[in-house]
Amino acid sequence: MKLLRLVPDNTKFRFMRFRFYSFPASLVLAALCIGLFFTVGLNYGIDFKGGSLIEMKTNGPADIAEIRSKLSALNLGDVQVQQFGDPDEVLVRLEQQDGDEQSQQLAINAVRETFADEVEFRRVEIVGPSVSGELATAGALGVGVALIGILIYVWIRFEWQFAIGAILTTVNDVIVTIGLFVVLQLDFTLSSIAAVLTIIGYSLNDTVVVYDRIRENLRRYKKMPLPELLDLSINETLTRTMMTSVTTLLALLALYLFGGEVIQSFTLAMIFGILIGTYSSIFLAAPMLILFNLRPAGGDKDDDKDKDKPAEGSAAASRTV
Amino acid sequence: MLYFARWKIALIFAVVIGGIVSILPNFMSAETLRNWPDWLPKSQIVLGLDLQGGAYLLYEVDERDYIDKSLATLTGEIRNELRKEPRIGYTGLTIQGDTAQVRIRDADKLEEARTRLEPLVNPLASSMLGGGGVNEFEMTVTDDGLIRFAFTEQGLNQRMAAIVQQSIEVIRRRVDELGNTEPNIQRQGTNRILVEAPGEQNPERLKSLVGQTAQLTFHLVDVTMSADQALQSRPPVGTIILNSIDEPAIPYLVEEVPLMTGEDLVDAQVSFNPQTNEPVVSFRLSTAGARKFANVTTQNVGRPFAIVLDNEVISAPRINEPITGGSGQISGNFSVESANDLAVLLRAGALPAKLSVIEERAIGPGLGQDSIDAGRTASLIGGALVVVFMVLAYGRLGFYADIALIVNVVLIFAALTLLQSTLTLPGIAGIVLTIGMAVDANVLIYERIREELRAGRSVISSIEAGFSRAFDTIVDANITTLIAAVVLFQLGSGPVRGFAVTLALGIFTTMFTAYTVTRFIVSIWIRRARPTHINI
Repeated sequence: MKLLRLVPDNTKFRFMRFRFYSFPASLVLAALCIGLFFTVGLNYGIDFKGGSLIEMKTNGPADIAEIRSKLSALNLGDVQVQQFGDPDEVLVRLEQQDGDEQSQQLAINAVRETFADEVEFRRVEIVGPSVSGELATAGALGVGVALIGILIYVWIRFEWQFAIGAILTTVNDVIVTIGLFVVLQLDFTLSSIAAVLTIIGYSLNDTVVVYDRIRENLRRYKKMPLPELLDLSINETLTRTMMTSVTTLLALLALYLFGGEVIQSFTLAMIFGILIGTYSSIFLAAPMLILFNLRPAGGDKDDDKDKDKPAEGSAAASRTV
Repeated sequence: MLYFARWKIALIFAVVIGGIVSILPNFMSAETLRNWPDWLPKSQIVLGLDLQGGAYLLYEVDERDYIDKSLATLTGEIRNELRKEPRIGYTGLTIQGDTAQVRIRDADKLEEARTRLEPLVNPLASSMLGGGGVNEFEMTVTDDGLIRFAFTEQGLNQRMAAIVQQSIEVIRRRVDELGNTEPNIQRQGTNRILVEAPGEQNPERLKSLVGQTAQLTFHLVDVTMSADQALQSRPPVGTIILNSIDEPAIPYLVEEVPLMTGEDLVDAQVSFNPQTNEPVVSFRLSTAGARKFANVTTQNVGRPFAIVLDNEVISAPRINEPITGGSGQISGNFSVESANDLAVLLRAGALPAKLSVIEERAIGPGLGQDSIDAGRTASLIGGALVVVFMVLAYGRLGFYADIALIVNVVLIFAALTLLQSTLTLPGIAGIVLTIGMAVDANVLIYERIREELRAGRSVISSIEAGFSRAFDTIVDANITTLIAAVVLFQLGSGPVRGFAVTLALGIFTTMFTAYTVTRFIVSIWIRRARPTHINI
């Protein structure tokens, strides 16, 4: 049986050359995303903004216009009505009501009364102003803590250059993913934070595999110039990188297409994140090691005492005194 | 590398068989499970609210409400103390923000006033550690005759903690009455209460039942003037105007101090008025309450009195004859359900403070079932795609990886079942993601094997080298994801936590299956077939 090959054996792509394009391109993209984040802004869901969300199922195809006019008659401020999944499913969002927590409840009750006989209330969520603030803080904190935790781990297992490279790559992935949320105006909710954290995990996973090979090759080819060595390492791990991306994407694609409306934006973000993560581990993470001078040009192991050596412990055996 | 000690083989089989046995109950009806032998596991996976429907309510004790109320009580007590004979002249008894204050007119009586008011600082029962008395208020006296009561931070905290504890008790009694299968009621932070009722079909009813303060009071109706007159002028001293729960509301002028409160109640039940056949709530009073009630009704035959729940008049019957039996009835425009709810509220007692809902998530059972179906479809399709892909890419070894993948999924579900951690919709997403990523370890190993083969090593030594050299990478790669999962678990709530749990479990099971189980299968194949060539 002829087996499927995503990437031919023994590729010799000169990935390091791309760094003159990939670095500026990524910088521009990241800057663009940050700019959009501060100008257009995320479309925060009720988890972070407060407010209410109602998912209802109507008898027969929903008349969005009618529902909207009925809702606006209630004077509840900004009301969003959209079709959600099947034609008989409607998602209604109410903005945070003025006044205390109680006023949110009153708004929902008004909606319930208006539609009580016509629809099935499938989901009702209300997040008050105090909670939404806390959830936002916890979310931002979570992403920060995860990054720091990973930074420390990579630092301990590898060299500081790897840690910096990994963290910068990951931060890039996070920024670009958030940029996607801004551009598509996807609902940014607690699940989105989960998606971002998973992307961090995945992207790091990819990066670590490449770094692992680089570290191994650093010990094996002591005199090879760094760019060449990085190219070699990426080429050696290229099949694996592609294979894993494809299997993960296959699973996520199934989830996106068949997993239901509720988690669709969550899976979309992940799919995008996997693509970005794969790109960044090849075109950003490895070349960044050149930037941080992991091994000075020439790569003579006798020139330097410690900082360019592989990590302590695992490398001790290969070190000559 | 490819040799397995006996105990290791036994362990692998034990884990796999244990996993399969643990998930079996999930495929059985409750009926079958009841007849299941005792020594076999019976627990099923706990489904999150988003999968089985239900309600999640986060309440916060209204601190402001409590502060206002207790300051009002405090000023009343200050007034009473100073009016006791011999009276002490005072002025400016007011509440300002979080403090209550009063000015003593006569400087000579300041000391006397201080002694009388001292007990009002209200020492709270010391904690179990015997940390000594914490006063709820701090009293400060200035030379110009001003006495001031302010909440102490410690006192307020302790009071809040007590209120939360007491509220949880009351809520639990109320929710239990609904017959919900397994409500989860717990404290969160300092002043919050979480109520989770999985499978609850009617979250609205749950909410109204849990959230009501349910302070029942009986007040005599003031008949010296009509409520409308009182509204236009001013209600007489010691009376207030309360509205009825009817639509439109009818105002009642009632005496401010209640005759009785719900604390005098010992039981409440729904019964039917034999004449009208309408549902009514009959109650029974404690001995002391009964005596009090008998006295009041004897003295006030012919006068109406108002039955008030949370400052709304439910009904205002006339006292036709003295009620000495210690029981009575509340009639109103009740449906059977609302009468029943009122009875539940009265039985369970009043909440010590107002609670407000600050977060609410209610999922209908229909949506829950849809989500389960969607999740199942997505997992099966995603799984099938990955399985086929692995065989296409790695042939026989890909097939072995698929077996490990299936064991992996079984183990994740087994762990979820055994740990009784909740499976949520994002949790299913976590499992699907794990399916995609689980083969990564195998990919790493197989790519290594291919490299070794290309380098000219024999089949067996290539396989051995593949497994051993990929191991460090597998560990490094997975720990980073694990860090993200742990953070998610720490900071996430509800469904996000569910995602973190399955993600983390997936990492552990993956390390076991993708590495150990595949290696075991490969070793069997090698010993049996002694391959000299391998298509990979």
